Amino acid sequence: MIYRENGQFKTSYRADQQIFPIAQDRLFILAAVLFAFVVVPAIASDYTFRALLIPFTIMSLAALGVNILVGYCGQISLGSGAFMAVGAYGAYNFFARVPDMPLIPALVLGGLCATAFGILFGLPSLRVKGLYLAVATLAAQFFADWMFLRIKWFTLNTPSGSVSVSGMQVFGVPIESPMSKYLLCLSVLVVMGIAAKNLVRSAIGREWMAIRDMDVAAAVIGIRPMYAKLSAFAVSSFIIGVAGALWGFVYLGAWEPAAFSADMSFRLLFMVIIGGLGSIMGSFFGAAFIVLLPIALNQFLPVLLGIFGIEISTAGISHAELIIFGGLIVWFLIVEPHGLAKLWSTGKQKLRLWPFPH
Amino acid sequence: MGFFLETVLGGLMAGMLYSLVALGFVLIFKASGVFNFAQGAMVLFAALAMARFTEWFAHWTGIENLFLVGLAAVIASAAVMFVMAWLIERLVLRQLVNQEGATLLMATLGIAYFLDGLGQTIFGSDIYKIDIGMPKEPVMAFESTFPGGILVSKEDLIAAAIAAALVLLLTLFFQKTSTGRALRAVADDHQAAQSIGIPLNRIWVIVWCVAGVVALVAGVIWGSKLGVQFSLATVAMRALPVVILGGLTSVPGAIIGGLIIGVGEKVSEVYLGPYVGGGIEIWFAYVLALLFLLVRPQGLFGEKIIDRV
Amino acid sequence: MKLRNLALATCLAVVGLTAFAQPKEQFFPALPYRTGPFAPNGVPWANGYLDYLKLVNARGGINGVKIIFEECETAYDTARGVECYERLKGKHGGASLFQPLSTGITFALTEKAPGDKIPLITAGYGRSESADGGVFKWNFPLAGTYWMAADVLVQYLGKKEGGLDKLKGKKITLVYHDSPYGKEPIPLLQERSKMHGFDLQLLPVASPGIEQKATWLQIRQARPDYVLLWGWGVMNSTAIKEAQATGYPREKMYGVWWSGAEPDVKDVGEGAKGYNAITMQHGAEPQSAVVKEILEKVHGKGQGTGPKEEVGQVLYMRGAMSAMMGVEGVRAAQERFGKGKWMSGEQVRWGLENLNLTQPKLDALGFKGVMRPISTSCMDHQGANWARIHTWDGKGWKFTSDWLQADEQVLKPMIKQTADKYAAEKKLQRRTPADCQSTD
Repeated sequence: MIYRENGQFKTSYRADQQIFPIAQDRLFILAAVLFAFVVVPAIASDYTFRALLIPFTIMSLAALGVNILVGYCGQISLGSGAFMAVGAYGAYNFFARVPDMPLIPALVLGGLCATAFGILFGLPSLRVKGLYLAVATLAAQFFADWMFLRIKWFTLNTPSGSVSVSGMQVFGVPIESPMSKYLLCLSVLVVMGIAAKNLVRSAIGREWMAIRDMDVAAAVIGIRPMYAKLSAFAVSSFIIGVAGALWGFVYLGAWEPAAFSADMSFRLLFMVIIGGLGSIMGSFFGAAFIVLLPIALNQFLPVLLGIFGIEISTAGISHAELIIFGGLIVWFLIVEPHGLAKLWSTGKQKLRLWPFPH
Repeated sequence: MGFFLETVLGGLMAGMLYSLVALGFVLIFKASGVFNFAQGAMVLFAALAMARFTEWFAHWTGIENLFLVGLAAVIASAAVMFVMAWLIERLVLRQLVNQEGATLLMATLGIAYFLDGLGQTIFGSDIYKIDIGMPKEPVMAFESTFPGGILVSKEDLIAAAIAAALVLLLTLFFQKTSTGRALRAVADDHQAAQSIGIPLNRIWVIVWCVAGVVALVAGVIWGSKLGVQFSLATVAMRALPVVILGGLTSVPGAIIGGLIIGVGEKVSEVYLGPYVGGGIEIWFAYVLALLFLLVRPQGLFGEKIIDRV
Repeated sequence: MKLRNLALATCLAVVGLTAFAQPKEQFFPALPYRTGPFAPNGVPWANGYLDYLKLVNARGGINGVKIIFEECETAYDTARGVECYERLKGKHGGASLFQPLSTGITFALTEKAPGDKIPLITAGYGRSESADGGVFKWNFPLAGTYWMAADVLVQYLGKKEGGLDKLKGKKITLVYHDSPYGKEPIPLLQERSKMHGFDLQLLPVASPGIEQKATWLQIRQARPDYVLLWGWGVMNSTAIKEAQATGYPREKMYGVWWSGAEPDVKDVGEGAKGYNAITMQHGAEPQSAVVKEILEKVHGKGQGTGPKEEVGQVLYMRGAMSAMMGVEGVRAAQERFGKGKWMSGEQVRWGLENLNLTQPKLDALGFKGVMRPISTSCMDHQGANWARIHTWDGKGWKFTSDWLQADEQVLKPMIKQTADKYAAEKKLQRRTPADCQSTD
């Protein structure tokens, strides 16, 4: 009853083709963005920023990138960690080597490095499909792991191979406090999110989805698989690269190649699948699930068990986290294989009719 | 020349060990179309069970005879793996029939995390020993022909022999027995197999049980070599190139792929490694597998991928 | 109206009073890893650390101030370590210090700790150049760094050969964990290799280090005179097993102090006999006074953190020693800022910088025969550079060398150079003598 689009008439193609054609949707998104930009900084504590919000925004961005590749173009990739690493180290090199390099261009250049890397390691997708491609992309992952450990030029010839970033500022505003870091990540996320949403609604996005659904048929009707697949790799790697640079610069501050290991790739894939393949909203849901769940478990499990009078060690909590995490993923995939985004859209569908049953 | 032979031999042995783990992947994929990312966790779980049961049985019953205790532990561990296979089929696979590959993949990853946590909770996170009487000292062969002889590790030879025997057994199982034929039928087409009366669920339980036993053998051999600890699960990552090089659906492919990857890894590390600073083993294996895939996208012995429009 | 003002004023006053109320206990957070690939080595360290803190409480606290501690599992992962740090740093009135037990987490926290004004103790790990307190105000690699360990090892090997000049033409191979931790000793080894003319071969092992066949085949071909092992977790036992499988004599292997403990050799058993490792002053010390006291006052009361058999083992002692140095830092701070009072992070930092653990003090604490004096200063945050070599005889670790000392003539210039490079990169100024004197 609240969520119906009755009475909303479009009088131009432009109006009809908006991202959020329903007014209620527009209001909701606007409210959400305002909440994120204005209300959250006012009420959140330092710890919430540092441990919850910043990783969530950065991971949503990365999940967005992975979703474009895996969800919209259907190329299963397990090399996302490598793309993040390339983005992070690329941005670091530009930031540290070029004197007075501003932050945003450094991030963008890092993303472009990741794009080049992504196109290179996306070439196998032209010949290999499905699970074979997934394992082939692990080659990118392990190669990147090795490259940043061995080639000292990338880490500015430090003896240990660990790099760190400090003294970031955007247009003279220093990015030191958790709130400023959060706002930076959020802005990047919003800008990239809008760009990604528009991209997937455009001709390129439709090409990607055609390749995903039936790549032979797509080739038959004139979509060039090489351009479509490589452009998916390029766009996706760019977004993941920028996310990687943010992860290193803003969240970790100092990192080593192990921060972007195969573990990270699997986490990103989890986010995308739990959140919903082929859905921009899904990336956010998935990232929230994967980022917040371990911390929530860590905080609440002892309390919960304390109610039953069971004491548990930190190792026990860690193991329980793994067990619950694995169990929840399996349960989730059984209950809703299309992810949280599907639940969201089902909810919206129901809301259109509410309070009427049909 | 002698050292080159040594490296190649070492690579062949390592390859056989990888193929032990790869077999588990191939089995499950062949029969149920699921890429079981939990194979590494299963190997670890089986090895942990074996190590701890040996310890606990010796402790509870006081029997000192290593063989008896070991045998009891093997039987107990195999039983545990059977129960696990049955539970996985019942609770996870049955609910996810007909889902896409990516969903099933993620489900197995979820199972992997679950098993990691469960294994460490039940059995502990320390390094545990598996002692099945493997000889640890090496043997130098051909000392007359090559200076210093060629190093042959007796443990690796025995492990390779066990792996070869296992592959032979499995090949016979698939080709000659009716259950094996039923498994191949199910792999080919679920619906057709069901329509001729093959009980899908029971077949899957059998497959996962067999894969569990393979995981147990792999776990015991790797565990005896390296000690049983959490990082044993990462051996699955080393076995993935073997699987895709050999073909996801081919049992002999797992062996051949293992040999190729093993030799490729060791030779590259020893001969190419020093020029680039070393540590190239892992990614070289993957790149090697990738290069093979570019020529044969379905792996050396895999089923040809047919696309219908 | 007046009542409301009165109520408001009372509330403000109460809030103001509570804001000034001091916490009564000193908070020692712990960042152990009890899960994951490095758990076998992390668990005994954590148990030793916590047991010693419990012992201090049993002894009556630090001049009456009790210690509270809380664990947060990091699984050796940098991101989790950072999250644990953020969660614990402000709890219970503020953390007194952090001991991350991971070089990766140390690098990340080195950037954050100065801003939060919490000192980091990295006893026996971390950045070697952080021994220079002039640049690294908040880092304390007490009692040992990796450059020191490598230096002592080279000196010992030289002694074995009959003089450092006899090392010329010899081959030394470093088998190291491919990570910042493993790469740490390389600059010093390269420096010493230039000085004495020995051939240095570097063989990285990809984490977690379960596959080392190719590494040891190369060693078999190169036939080095000595192999130095810089591993962690399962990489250590795998290395020894591979050495056995390729027939390399274990007597010629020397591990760093993180590669020379019971979990590394336990399951290799007889195959590890003859394997040597450097120790950071202490080894396995089941006979020491502090172990007896812990068994009596902590385990005896059922408060032990781990199994009793672990008490006195190598890594357990290291955890206990690390805890002891932290506690003594707080005690030193109390000497200056008020005995029996709660110490803030900055005050603890001052205490750690003015640590003067003389032999009588150490003996009184129960570390007689285990440790040598540690004395830090503004410029020297390491405090001591003593080490020994111990060897596994199949059943236990036995000391096989005298007390050895690292050569400051070689180390000091390297430390200063690298610290200066860090300062230039971060645009930091080296601390002035005035800053050293201040009690900030």
